[in-house]
Amino acid sequence: MTAIELPSYLDQSEAVSARFDKLKQREVILEVKHLGKQFNSQQGLVTALRDINFKTHRREFVCVIGPSGCGKSTLIRILAGLESPSSGEVLLDNKPVFEPGPDRGMVFQGYTLFPWLSVKHNVMFGLEMQGHTKATAESEALNWIDLVGLEKFADAYPHQLSGGMKQRVAIARALANKPRILLMDEPFGALDAQTRSKMQANLIEIWRNIDITVLFITHDLDEAIYLADRILVLKANPGEVEELIEVPVPRPRTADQVISPEFLATKKRLEELIHPPTAEDDTDELHMIRMTHVGDDVEVMD
Amino acid sequence: MSQSTRWFAVRQALTRKQVTTLTLLSFLLPILVWSLVSYVPFLWHPKIEIVEPGSITWLKPGMLVEQQVFLDQQLLAAEQKTAPPEGFRANPIYLPAPHEVATAFYTAFTTEPTRSSEQWLHESLWHSIQVIFWGFTLSSLIGVPLGVLCGTYVAISRLQEPFIEFFRYLPAPAFGALAVAILGIHDGPKIAIIFIGTFFQQVLIIANTTRKLDVALLEAALTLGAKKFQLLFRVVIPGILPDLYRDQRILLGWAWTYLIVAELIGTSSGITWFITQQARYKNFDNVYAAIIMIGIIGVVSDIVLARLGKRLFPWEKEQVKG
Repeated sequence: MTAIELPSYLDQSEAVSARFDKLKQREVILEVKHLGKQFNSQQGLVTALRDINFKTHRREFVCVIGPSGCGKSTLIRILAGLESPSSGEVLLDNKPVFEPGPDRGMVFQGYTLFPWLSVKHNVMFGLEMQGHTKATAESEALNWIDLVGLEKFADAYPHQLSGGMKQRVAIARALANKPRILLMDEPFGALDAQTRSKMQANLIEIWRNIDITVLFITHDLDEAIYLADRILVLKANPGEVEELIEVPVPRPRTADQVISPEFLATKKRLEELIHPPTAEDDTDELHMIRMTHVGDDVEVMD
Repeated sequence: MSQSTRWFAVRQALTRKQVTTLTLLSFLLPILVWSLVSYVPFLWHPKIEIVEPGSITWLKPGMLVEQQVFLDQQLLAAEQKTAPPEGFRANPIYLPAPHEVATAFYTAFTTEPTRSSEQWLHESLWHSIQVIFWGFTLSSLIGVPLGVLCGTYVAISRLQEPFIEFFRYLPAPAFGALAVAILGIHDGPKIAIIFIGTFFQQVLIIANTTRKLDVALLEAALTLGAKKFQLLFRVVIPGILPDLYRDQRILLGWAWTYLIVAELIGTSSGITWFITQQARYKNFDNVYAAIIMIGIIGVVSDIVLARLGKRLFPWEKEQVKG
C-alpha cells in the first residue's frame, strides 16, 4: 500500500483563509470562559470539564468532537442552561447565561417532540410560550415547516414520522424561536447512514439561508468536517480543549469533498487526536485462536 | 404471514381469528364446566331431591337430602316392606344450573320486593352505581391533582407521600364504624369507604405516572422558553394524560371491589343488600345473577372507557405496536 502524501491540515487556501479572517471579525455570539464542571460520584469528585475557553462568531458553524466521556454533552447542556457550571461562565451576546431560554435553541439526540401535539403545534409551542397569538404562531410555524420540507405533514403526529422527519421538526421547532444560537447534541446519531447524510446536507442548506450560529456535537469525524467551520476537539478525563481546528475544506461543501486532500488531512489529524497511536490499553485487541478446520488464513490465503 | 400460525409459539402474536376464539373460550370453558356439573347427573350431584316421600313421613316432595340419608331411608322402607321414597340426584341449592341463573337475569328484575319499603333490583343497582360514582369522583377531584403535583414538585411529594404511604396500609373497612359515627347511617359512610379505599392509592399511582414522563420533554420545553406553570399545564399534564386515564380505569375497578364492604356499613343497601336478601330467601339464582351483573357492568364500562380513550388520545395510536 502506498501512503498518499497529504497536505497539512493547517494549510489553507487563500479563499478559505480570507473567509476565516472575515468570520473572526464578526461579533461574538457565544463566549465560554474558564468553564469547569465537577460531579459528585461514588468514586468521589469527578472533573467532567476543565477550563474550557472558546468563542463562536455570528453565523459560524462549530462542531464539538471528542471521545466518549469527554463531557461534550455536559458542555452543551451547560450552554443550554440545563445544568450549571461549577466554575467559569457562559456569555451569550456578552450577557451571562444562568437558565434555559428561547435565545438558545436546542435539538436533542433523542426524539423530544411532544407526542400529543401535531407537527404544526410542536413548532408553535415555543412561539406560544413567547406570548405570540395563535394566529401569528401558526403562520410562523407553517413557514418553518415549509423550510424543513414537511408541509405535507403539518397535521401529523410525531409517532407517524420517521426518525429523520422528527429531527427536522425538532430543528424547525428550535429555529421558530429565532434563537441566537442553535445547540445540537448529536442530533443525527440515531439515524441510518443515508438519512444522516441527507440531514447534514439539509442542515447546511438551512444554515446558509438564515442568520443562525450553530454549535453541533458529534462523534462522527466525517460529519464534523463536512459541517463545521471550526472543530473544537475535546479530550477525556478531564474534558479539556485539545485543539480548535479551522477546517481547510472550502465552502460550499459537497459530498464529493470527503476524498479531497484537505478533508483527508483534517480527518487524519482528528484521528490522531481522538485515537492517539500511543494508546497503551490493548483491550480492543482480541486474542483469537484458530478455530477453523480449513487450513488457510482467509486474509492471506496461504 | 404464514398460513398456519402456531398456537404455542413463545411470545408470538396470534391471528385475529385465534384471538377471538380464545376470548370466547375463556368464557365458554367455565360455563362448560358449570353446565357439566349441573346437567350430567352422575357428575357430582351430591344430594337427592325427593319426588315421592313414600312411607317416610318426615320427607317432603322437593326436599334435598344427603345421598347416604336417602339410601338409609330406602333401606329402612324395604325392611319394613312399606313404600320406599323416590327421588333423583341433585346439586345443592347454592349451585343453580346455568339456565336458572340465565332466567334469573330477567326474573330478578321482575321479582317484586317482599316488603314495600324494599327496593327493586334496578333500584338497588342504580343506588350502587351512585355510591361508586360519588366515592370515585370525590377521590379523583382531590387525588388526581394532588398526585400530579406530587409527581411534579419534589417538595410536595416529600410533604405528602410519607403520610399517604402509611395511610394506604390501613384497610378502608376499618374506618367503617368511624365513618358511620361521623357521617350517619346512609350513603355518607359508604361513599367515605370507597373514597378511603381509592384515594391513597390514587395519589401514589398518579404521582408515579407523572414521574415517568420523559424528563427530556421538560428540558425541550425549557429550551423553548416554557416557565413554571407553563411546564405543568402545557407539558406535564398533556404528557401524562393517556397514562393518567389508564390509571383511572384501573382505579375505578378497585373502587368496585370496595363496594360490597362499603354497602354493608350502616344500613345495608344497593346491590349488596339485594344479594344478602336473596341469599336469605335461598334464591341463589338471583344471587349469581346479581354477582354476574356487577362483573358485566365493570367489564362493559371498562371497554367503553377504553374505546373512549382511543378517541381522546389519537397520538397514542399504535404506539404499543411500535
